[in-house]
Amino acid sequence: MQIKIIKEELLLRNVVVIDPFKEDTYETDILIENGKIKSIGQPVDPKTVKNSEDLKGLYVSPGFLDLHTHLREPGNEDEETIATGVRAALAGGFTKICCMPNTDPAIDTQEAVRFVYRQAENLLADVFPIAAVTKGRQGAELTEMVELAKAGAVAFSDDGAPLKNSQVMRYALEYSKLTGKPIINHAEDVDLKADGLMNEGLVSTQLGLPGNPALAEELMIYRDLQLAQFTGARLHVPHVSTAGSVELIRKAKAAGVKVTAEATPHHFSLTDEYMRTFDANGKVAPPLRTEADRQAVIAGLKDGVIDAIATDHAPHTIDTKETSLDLASYGMIGLETAFALAMMNLVHAGHLTLLQLIKLLTINPATILSLPLAGLEPGAEANLAIFDPNEWWVFSRKNIYSRSQNTPFIGAELTGRIKGVITKSHYVTL
Amino acid sequence: MNLSIKHLLGLEGVPRDDIRAILDAAFSFREVLERPIKRVPTLQGKTIVNLFFENSTRTRISFELAEKRLSADAVNFSASSSSLSKGESLKDTVQNLFAMKMDAVVMRHSVPGSVKLLSQFVDAVVINAGDGTHEHPTQALLDMMSLQEKFGSLEGLNVAIIGDIRHSRVALSNIFGLQTMGANVALCGPPTFMPVGIESLGAKIFYDLDEALAFSDAINVLRIQRERQGKGLIPSLREYRAVFGITRERLEKLHKTLTIMHPGPINRGVEIDSDIADSEHSIILHQVLNGVAVRMAVLFLLVGGK
Repeated sequence: MQIKIIKEELLLRNVVVIDPFKEDTYETDILIENGKIKSIGQPVDPKTVKNSEDLKGLYVSPGFLDLHTHLREPGNEDEETIATGVRAALAGGFTKICCMPNTDPAIDTQEAVRFVYRQAENLLADVFPIAAVTKGRQGAELTEMVELAKAGAVAFSDDGAPLKNSQVMRYALEYSKLTGKPIINHAEDVDLKADGLMNEGLVSTQLGLPGNPALAEELMIYRDLQLAQFTGARLHVPHVSTAGSVELIRKAKAAGVKVTAEATPHHFSLTDEYMRTFDANGKVAPPLRTEADRQAVIAGLKDGVIDAIATDHAPHTIDTKETSLDLASYGMIGLETAFALAMMNLVHAGHLTLLQLIKLLTINPATILSLPLAGLEPGAEANLAIFDPNEWWVFSRKNIYSRSQNTPFIGAELTGRIKGVITKSHYVTL
Repeated sequence: MNLSIKHLLGLEGVPRDDIRAILDAAFSFREVLERPIKRVPTLQGKTIVNLFFENSTRTRISFELAEKRLSADAVNFSASSSSLSKGESLKDTVQNLFAMKMDAVVMRHSVPGSVKLLSQFVDAVVINAGDGTHEHPTQALLDMMSLQEKFGSLEGLNVAIIGDIRHSRVALSNIFGLQTMGANVALCGPPTFMPVGIESLGAKIFYDLDEALAFSDAINVLRIQRERQGKGLIPSLREYRAVFGITRERLEKLHKTLTIMHPGPINRGVEIDSDIADSEHSIILHQVLNGVAVRMAVLFLLVGGK
């Protein structure tokens, strides 16, 4: 990764712009000056500019926004810090990331929210903290949501800890209306999940591994949707993984429930077949599901039932993964591979256009959390992802910028690659 | 005879020829076990470690005896997996042991897949002695050997496995192995003991024990773990015995004799009554002897040629 300060001006020549705002695709030169787009949509004579790069064949879109990242700071800096997480984000084309509050201590106070902003102050991506719904993520007492929102929290979630108590969930939804920000509930009925380590189905039966049924997710989503309808509050469903969940959200949206949803690259790229390797890197929550579920998630992304792609980037040290499956931690890193997996499994597989994909990575998630996103027009902040949608490459450890390496994709052949980002007057190339 | 497999991690996907070769060799070793001097020099100079992260008496002794009968040097390591600290649990312990140059490892662990994980950490032959609720291949092999001894062939034989299929490594290995060898497998137990999707594995499912017995030439009765009762899977052992217990009254209703197997240890009076377990139709003690022979065969074929 090379990082250069853009002194005065930089001209990106012959790029194809994917503009999710205007729903337009066109080839152009982009002139950047003092951190802003000075000219776009018309040719610029390179002789008039000091620094120029001919990027013929490459594409440009707004920088991506991830709704669901785990940065582990404070508390588990051996797994990830805000700074290393930002580097991983940039490597994946993300210039804005929202971090989950399952840190130690949890992000449940104004001071903790401000800590995240302070740590990210001089970094090259924007980091937006999601604060806890309940104190200490214990599922009992609500956090000071209004004050947390004032301090900069962009949403509320207890993340890995599902809000099991329906009354707490009801009050959380009701109270969150004071903030206008959604509640994000990790949807899993923990009793039905029990000691499930992977999706319950034929594969879990063949492997003798305790199963976590699709129903554990669907029952919780059903309850949350009903509560969202009842309270009129905003609900965001993270990492939708089953066909039944997609169907429930589809019906709720049709009924006018204020619900949005996200899906992860691993849930639309892998299935429970992966667990035949017994590789703990495939242990995620919710688990990798069946091919039918994977297809339903893709269909949901295609027809808008699922609004955004979010990584659920979850760094863990290798020793928590090179162990027996029951002891292994849940989650995989995802920032570095998200775009390539989406290109391969959504665009090249014929389900989405490139423009549709870019929307799922930019304006859609930004709209969910009302976050600012710079346009592709003169005067706008220059905040861009630069990529080659067709480059074939093999993902290896040296492509990982996260402090952790827990991913099942090491050695995977990928198509589609992030080449760089423009952010905060810096030109980052990979 | 060389096997196509390098390790014995389970019976899923193990080709018929390999199972055939193991059973053939096991019958030869069975003869050795009938001799006054029950020892052959086959694995002299080979070191085998028995790595038991979960309590076991029968399987561990059976392997140890098989190793000694083959003149291998056997080393035992026993520890309950829960007592090992997280992270250190498997990889470190195992790599330490293997720094001392072992030829093979026989491993039991409470978690499915841990034996396969081990095979990726070490450069030695790995034999699964039971990995949680996944597989227990040598148990299924000894069951198949005992059935072949009794019936002459496994082809077309109807075998029912009765009990807690969901939590049984014995059931899974038997389903894979028996079907590969051409036998028909049925499963019988309460629905809470049936794992999701099990019907896709090609076995017949019975919830009525009498129907399962009518189908079968032989039955393999699984031990009911007493702790299952507390988890709500079955209301009581008493009711289990009434609905699924193998009793003399049930067997007397059949117009045929059934061969009875049990992987042990038996809960007498729960899944099977004492007099049935000890009856002339029971081949439970043959299974124990065949267990040593089958383990000798597996060790010989996997470690011997190395």
